[in-house]
Parts: sequence; C-alpha cells; structure tokens
Amino acid sequence: MARLLALIRKEFLALLRDKASRMVLIGPPLIQLLVFSYAATFDLNNIPFVVINEDPGLAGREMVARFEGSPSFRQVAALPSTAGMADLIDHRAALLAIHVGRDFSRDLMIGRPAPLQIVIDGRNSNTAAIALSYASEIVLGFDADWAAAHGGRAAPATLEVRAWYNPNLLSRWFVVPGIVGLLTFVVTMLVSGLSVVREREAGTFDQLLVTPYRPWEILLGKAAPGLLIGAAEASVIVVVAVTWFGVPLIGSVVALALGLALFLVSAIGIGLMISSLAATQQQGLLGAFLFLVPAIILSGFATPIENMPRLVQYVTYLNPMRYLMVILRGTFLEGDGFVALLGQYWPLALLGAASMTAATALARRRMG
Amino acid sequence: MNLGRLRGLIWKESVQILRDPSALAIAFVLPLFLLLLFGYGVSLNAEHVPIGVVAEHPNPQTETFVGTLRHSRYFDVHELPSLAAAGAAMAQHEIRGFVWMRSDFARQTLGPGPGTIGVALNGVDANTARLVQGYLTQSWQIWLAQQQQEQGAAPALPVAAQTRIWFNPALRSRDYLVPGLIAVIMTLIGALLTALVVAREWERGTMEALMASPVTMAEILVGKLLPYFVLGMGGMALSVGLAVTLFAVPLRGSLLVLAGASALFLLVALGMGLLISSLARNQFVAGQISIVVTFLPAFILSGFIFDIRSMPTVIQGITHILPARYFVSILQTVFLAGDVWAVILPDAGALAMMAVFFLGVTLLRSRKRLD
Repeated sequence: MARLLALIRKEFLALLRDKASRMVLIGPPLIQLLVFSYAATFDLNNIPFVVINEDPGLAGREMVARFEGSPSFRQVAALPSTAGMADLIDHRAALLAIHVGRDFSRDLMIGRPAPLQIVIDGRNSNTAAIALSYASEIVLGFDADWAAAHGGRAAPATLEVRAWYNPNLLSRWFVVPGIVGLLTFVVTMLVSGLSVVREREAGTFDQLLVTPYRPWEILLGKAAPGLLIGAAEASVIVVVAVTWFGVPLIGSVVALALGLALFLVSAIGIGLMISSLAATQQQGLLGAFLFLVPAIILSGFATPIENMPRLVQYVTYLNPMRYLMVILRGTFLEGDGFVALLGQYWPLALLGAASMTAATALARRRMG
Repeated sequence: MNLGRLRGLIWKESVQILRDPSALAIAFVLPLFLLLLFGYGVSLNAEHVPIGVVAEHPNPQTETFVGTLRHSRYFDVHELPSLAAAGAAMAQHEIRGFVWMRSDFARQTLGPGPGTIGVALNGVDANTARLVQGYLTQSWQIWLAQQQQEQGAAPALPVAAQTRIWFNPALRSRDYLVPGLIAVIMTLIGALLTALVVAREWERGTMEALMASPVTMAEILVGKLLPYFVLGMGGMALSVGLAVTLFAVPLRGSLLVLAGASALFLLVALGMGLLISSLARNQFVAGQISIVVTFLPAFILSGFIFDIRSMPTVIQGITHILPARYFVSILQTVFLAGDVWAVILPDAGALAMMAVFFLGVTLLRSRKRLD
C-alpha cells in the first residue's frame, strides 16, 4: 500500500511539475465553462428581419408591428420593394424577410385569403426551422385577433403545450449539464491520454516495469491523478452550473456523484488504453483525438441520439459519454435517483472494467 | 532563404512523415473517419419522434386526428389507454410527448368558442421539444382545415402565409452541418499535424543540431510548414469530395474560391500548431494545449452548430478570435449560397491576418537560442 502511494505521488509530481501543464489543467476548463455555457444555445432571441410592406392599408402595418413587438425579432431594414431583399439575406444581414403584398388589407376586408410572403435564410437549417415556427406563431396570433375583431367565425381551437422538466424550454438547462460532462471528459483525457506513452518515449516506462510493481499497480498509479483531478474539477463545475447559471439540480446528488465516478473510471481506462497502444506521443495525441471527438459528437450533447441512423446508434453504446449525458440531465432536470439510473450505471461499470483490464494487458505486452 | 537548403529540409521532413504513419493517418484517415461518422450521425432533423396519444372517448374525430399524426413522417404514434400510462411512458423516455384528447374533444375543436387541446412535451432537450411543437401545430392545422372543408365552412385562417426557405428548402440539417464539420475537422488536422513537430525536435535535442547548421530559422519553419500544407490540402480535397458525392451537399460556389479559402485557413491552423509547438518545447504540454484550444472552441463557438447570432454580445466578440468561425461562415456560404463576396472577402481577410500573425509570432519566438 505504501509503495502504491509512493507511485501515485510520483505520478502527481510528473503531471503537475510543469507550470504550463498545471495551467492547462485548471485555467481553460473554468474559462470554457463560462464561455461555452453562454455560447451554446439554440434559443433565438434576436432574429434580424427586413420588412417589405407594399400594403397601403392598416392591416399590413398591424402585421409588421406584431413582428417588431415580438422580443424574438429585430427589424434591420425596411425596403419599398423586394429589389434589395436578396442582398440583405445573402450577406446574412437579415435572417428573414416579411413581404406584405399590395392587396393585403383589401383581401382581408373582403374575406379572401390575404397573401403574406416570408423568406428565410436556410443556411443554418435549425435556426431557420425555429425562426419559421416563431413567425407562424405571430401570424396565427394575427389571424385569431382579426377573426375575433371582424366578426368572422371564432378562432379554431389551439394546442395548449406544456413542457415538462423545463417549462420555459430554455436551451441553457439542456446544454449546461452537458458541458459539465464535456469538460470533465476533456480534463481526464488531458491527464491520461499521453501519460504512458510519454514515459515510453522517454524510456522510463521500461524502468518502471523492472521494479517490483505489478503492471496493474503501475496502471492504478497512472489512473489516480485523472480520477482525483477529474472528480475535483467535476465538482467545481457542477457547483458553478447550479449557482452561477441557475440550472436546477433536483435529483439525487449521490446518484450524480456515482455516475460521474463510474464515468471517470471508464474514460480514464480508455485514455490509458490509447496511451499504452501508442508508440510515440504523436500517435497518442492522434488516438486521444480519435476517441475524444467522436465520443463528444455522438454523445447526444448537441444533437439527439434518436436522430442518428440505427447503425450509429449501436456504436454509441460503446461511448461512455452517452451514459453520462443521460445521468447528468436525469439528475439535474428530471429528478432521477439511483434506481432510475441503474440502466446507465452498469454499462459504464462494464466499460470501465474492460478498458482498465485491456490497458494493463497492453502496457505489459508492449514490453516485448 | 536558400532554395537548396530549403529543399533539403523539406526532403527530411517528408521522410519523417512517411516513417511515422500517424501523420498520413491524420491527413487522410481522420477526415474520412470523422466525416463518415458525423455525416451520418449528426442530425438535428427529428423524424419518427415517438409521441403518445390518449383518447378518453375514441370517436371518429379523434381517430381522424390520430390518423393525421400517423400520416406525418415526423411522428411515431403510440396509443395509450390513460393519462397515467402516458405520464409513465414519458418518465421512461419511451415517448417525447403526448396529446391528451379529453372526452369533449369534438366540442373543444369544432364547437363555438375557442377551445384548447392539451399537449405535454419532454422539455429537457428544449430544441427538439420546440421542433416537435412546431410539427404538432402543423399537423393540427392540416387536420382543422380538413375538418372545416368537410363541413363546408370558410377557411378559418384569414392570412395565407407562404414561406420560402432559401438555400436549403427541405431544411436538411446535414446540408449545413457537413460544411461546418469540414471546418472543425480541418482545425484538428492542422493543429495535430504541426503541434508536436517543433516540440519533438526540442525534446530529442535535434533542434540544437539544426541550429548548429547554417540553415536559418525561417527556413526551418518553411521546411516544416510546406510538407504538412500539402498533406492538409489533400485531406481538405478528400473532405470536399465526400461532402459533395456521398452526402449530396450542393456546392453552389466555385471550387477556386473554396480552394483559396481552404489554403488560407490551413495556413492559420498549421501556424497555430507551430506556435503551440515552439512555445511549449515539450510534446506532452504541446499535446495538452492543442486538445484544449482546438476542438471544443471550434465545436461550440464557430457557428458550426450553435448560431453565433444567438449568443450574447460579449461571447460574439470572443468568437472573432477563433479562425474556425471565419472558415465555417465561408464554407456554409460557398456550399449553400454561392460566391457571395460580401461574406467571403471580410472572412478571408480575417484569416489572412491571422495567418500572418501566427506565422510571424512563431518566427519571432524561435530565435537560434538554446535557453
């Protein structure tokens, strides 16, 4: 035991001895937490739009006023005709154009469908889809009020939508717990991804192998800093998410901690596996990226796993991040406890055990 | 700058690249692998969303509405016996939401006075919830219009809104994600290729040997840059080819503009790698720095997936120091809209300035000194 402690102490020294390395481990994750949490949003609250109102009547002005009055829209230009519209959209000065035709008011008065043209920049398809639904909402509101005010038939029934767990549909509540997972993951990869191959390149790994240490002890020593630093940073990040960003944490904190711990073991195991497999640090870095990038993109962090093709969905079962995302969002927003998350715990535990075993075997085999 | 010496250096670097296959893997296998995985895997288009319907008193009205939902490609309809069952299915993540048709459904929808139909959605993934809400409203309007037509009533919607979506009429998320993905992948490739090369020479002591030779620092850097530039452009060509052929993303701008912008961006990315490498002088630290400064910022702050215009002003300011931001904007425009010079020129100008900055600072920082 004492000898294991000595080894762990040595690993910490090797990692934290270098000032630049210390800075990289502590500074960027915290800065990135703040910047990314503000940046990563799918909510649109500032849609720049251009108005082309050719209607001399009141109804056209009323329609435009509804867009101007909406907190989600911001008028950037008003044009007399559609001539300059294409330019504004091409340059991304406006995301959306509203074109009220010449006969808009007249058609409304005589009960003919009044034409209203909406043009949207589809370069970012998600933004376009959301802007479109906001615009339809405004038009529907106009419809209902017009029908009520002009004695037409009563407005049709509307859908009354209630969102569970996130009543105001704030992207931030969805994204910030995800960022907790992202940054924890990156930190563990920083610590474990190059740790074995660095010693191998320097030749000190062979020396380590001829000491009385067993291979699993050496690997345990390598895993310890990642585990401790990862757990410490994850705790800080969770606290910031709750206190600074006001994301509710309504589930069990113990269930969250267990999930994070299991995740750390499996991520470190895979990191050490890559590190043991690589012959040079360049290969190690490549391996770390080849794991890190797909693991994040296919985790469900930004794009839902259900939207992926079946085959890719199967691949995600090997991805520890996938389970962590469910655990984070379950405990933060849905109030999940230990029992609800059992289905996430056991795959993580399995991945952790398998990857640590494989890393030990690889570290020993590469000796020959 | 002596051409003979430079040729020698480039030759040496190329031999080193070929000896360790990882550089070739970075330039060609990495984009292939990532583009295939993400091109298929990453989508914001929700289709076949599992959704529950609870009809308290099934009747012809509720049946036709459920039929409309079934007809939509966006939904995968599950009929549930009770509100309690729907709540349980929602908690189990079996459904994303449900429509609750109370016993007075017919009166609520078609009777006099404005009625309401209850819908519950799982709001954890706010973006998907919002899209699902939009699809539901769409189906709802289609059904209402049909019902009114059958009853011979006048259309209830006075305004006939016609929507046209430019550049991507079907709103395929892949068409906007794949060009952005190329920018993210090229960021990784650029940094990975060069982040370790100078640090490796320092660590192995061969930098000192190089210094003792008559080559100048500028020659050393150009010798490092050129072979990796060729590799990177090869990777870029591969990515664009895949995007156009395999993923059928339209390329409406010119190849020449695309090639020019890619060359500029690659210079920036390689320059950033070289700078990291010559500042760190230690492969371990250089590797750590390149993981931290490349992938996540390019993923989250570049406009690849999260729209920059939706970010707070301060954060929008921060995104300006990110090379990937300009490249994503150029790629999305050249692929989907065409050669819009008002977008391309400022972005390309910013990239050119960054290239000069990174390469200049690298040159200034790498004097022939041993300390």
